[in-house]
Amino acid sequence: MASDVKTAQKTSILTAIIRKQIFIPIAALIILAIFNFIVDPSFFKITLGHNNDGNPILSGNLISIIDYGSELAILAIGMTLVTASSRGQDISVGAAIAISGSVILRVLCGTNSRPESLQAPIIVAFLVSCLVAMAFGAFNGALVSIFKIQPMVATLILFTAGRSIAAWINNNELPVVSDKTFLNFGTVFPGIPVQTPVFIAVLCFIVIWLVMKFTNLRLYVQSVGINEKTSRLNGLNPALIKFVTYVILGLCVAVVGFIKVARIGTINYSVIAKDIEMDAILAVALGGNSLGGGKFNISASVLGAYVIQFLTTTLYKLQVQSDALPAYKAVVVIVLVILSAPIVREKIAAFFKKLRAPAKAGSST
Amino acid sequence: MPQTDMNVGAKRRRLLGGISDTNLLMSITIIVFIIMYLFAIFGLGAGFLKAQTFFNMLNANAALIILACGMTLVMITGGIDISLGGMTALVSMCSAVYLDHHSGSVFGAIMISLGIGLAFGLIQGFLVAYLDIQPFIVTLAGMFFARGMTTIVNTNPFNVQNEAFVKLKETRIIIPGMGSVNKRGVYIDAYIEIGVIVALVIVAALFLFLKWTKTGRSFYAVGGNKQSALMLGINVKRTTFLAYLMCGILGGIGGFVYFMHAGSGSASHATGAEMNAIASSIIGGTMLTGGVGNIIGTFFGVLSLALIQNIVSSAGLDEAWWTGITNASMLCIFLVVQSIIIARRKKANLSADKPAEAKGVKT
Repeated sequence: MASDVKTAQKTSILTAIIRKQIFIPIAALIILAIFNFIVDPSFFKITLGHNNDGNPILSGNLISIIDYGSELAILAIGMTLVTASSRGQDISVGAAIAISGSVILRVLCGTNSRPESLQAPIIVAFLVSCLVAMAFGAFNGALVSIFKIQPMVATLILFTAGRSIAAWINNNELPVVSDKTFLNFGTVFPGIPVQTPVFIAVLCFIVIWLVMKFTNLRLYVQSVGINEKTSRLNGLNPALIKFVTYVILGLCVAVVGFIKVARIGTINYSVIAKDIEMDAILAVALGGNSLGGGKFNISASVLGAYVIQFLTTTLYKLQVQSDALPAYKAVVVIVLVILSAPIVREKIAAFFKKLRAPAKAGSST
Repeated sequence: MPQTDMNVGAKRRRLLGGISDTNLLMSITIIVFIIMYLFAIFGLGAGFLKAQTFFNMLNANAALIILACGMTLVMITGGIDISLGGMTALVSMCSAVYLDHHSGSVFGAIMISLGIGLAFGLIQGFLVAYLDIQPFIVTLAGMFFARGMTTIVNTNPFNVQNEAFVKLKETRIIIPGMGSVNKRGVYIDAYIEIGVIVALVIVAALFLFLKWTKTGRSFYAVGGNKQSALMLGINVKRTTFLAYLMCGILGGIGGFVYFMHAGSGSASHATGAEMNAIASSIIGGTMLTGGVGNIIGTFFGVLSLALIQNIVSSAGLDEAWWTGITNASMLCIFLVVQSIIIARRKKANLSADKPAEAKGVKT
């Protein structure tokens, strides 16, 4: 009897944990971590070394996951909001990142593509790119909210044109910035051993957390995503809220563009942030958010982003070719998505119940 | 350009008040296509008068037409399939490897293509229809898988040397009476490739299927409103499954047609084809929300995109970025026009309903 009660309690706690939205990314993270530990225990080793300029820098697989996952994490914030409010995804983020990166380089370099010194302060370049990216976000937002075009279709426009516009901004040249301070934003600042993008990502997360905490944005976005008509009847302006989420995504895009450009000091219009839109949408889905809008959990999405980066790093460790990477990613994603599908979960729950029922019957007789 | 579009829309609206959304959006596309073609003939010279210019557009886009047809089917049921481009690359790579490295037959290659399409359709259809997973995620994974698989099958792009295949690839179907005389005064026959015939047959078959069969019509019902479709006794899950299955098979056929046109296997084949297919479907009047769409419209959607590219390159704007920007602005114009028209029609329907109701109360 006592053992029966115990198992019942256990299962109820277990189901409670499983029902938590953040369970999916955490479970995926744990599975990946265990897998890596079994295959190669040295995966988690972190060493303190020095980079080419003699600055201290931490290196190791975990560090590189956190470092290279920052862009995706920042994007996941904006993508979650857009998904929740407009019940669709923005597929133009990769192209928009190319545009904002191109703008930053254009402002920093002026007309000369290989300047000796910066033509404008970094902060000015960043702000200009923020404005441009927000303008493009507003363009997408206007199409979605005012003209009521489905988000994926509306953003398809910028997706098609984005990289062309990015090339056009710099006259198809590839400007190179060799300024140390600018490059420090992509690697490390002297004296701080942790990569700067990590700090930028943390900063973004804190800002969005504060916004969620002290404004009604979360409530409004959720209500618009769940039922647009009802929220209008309750005095909200659904169009405005959708528009705002797209502008916020534009801001995230500008930050990511800045990091991407600062990492290498130059830009390749057709390669920069390639397929990042797919990864960002996956991050949102992995975080357990419905892609059909409504309730959302930004922390879960951010965790989802790091899961994807973890997966990528793991696959690289297993010496998978970079071109073949998507195939393995796809298999993992499909397995995760199947396991998290409500129908499958119900089936599994029913299966476990069935397993337990005969055992109980056996113990009582 | 935007103004002509708007005018056309306005004219159509007044003329064809009783026409359905599908047909309205499609007729706009066809009219704009014809206007653009006339503009090209008068503005850019006689090159566009040659029948071969038109046939070349068909030759180059036969595969895209087939892919876009599959996309339209899925979009009518309210879903989306973005794995088509990856599937095309995978099909052409597998066929190429089979033909050259394993010295297989053309028939075998066709069977492989269909098999790949069928497999994709079955799996994606099952996941979307029966496990109720969002189509975007499923087909996104499908796209990743196909692209990755292509490089696993073979990393380096190569041209196929297989004799039987090369013969098939270079088969030209000559259309009598449409040829032209070139600069040296030699008469050249107008021709189309086999892929075009396949594409046209598929377009016709799907048009009839959607219009005249029960299953075809239930596609629209499922896309329009799943609940009401269920209440009408339609098997929603099976219909959705069927749409993805057909899309997968069309992806296989489209992949082979692409392979016949390109004659090589490469991992970078058909990059962005899924987006072009979506764009052409939308330009042709299919809505991503489902329930509205037309195969003929999709056909003209593909041709419109091809025509735009032709016009851009023959107008001397041959920098690489112009194609992207013009395609996007065309898509933008079409989308905005569509949304305005649909919104106005909704308003008109509402105001038309109200007086009738009032009348009913009086009598």
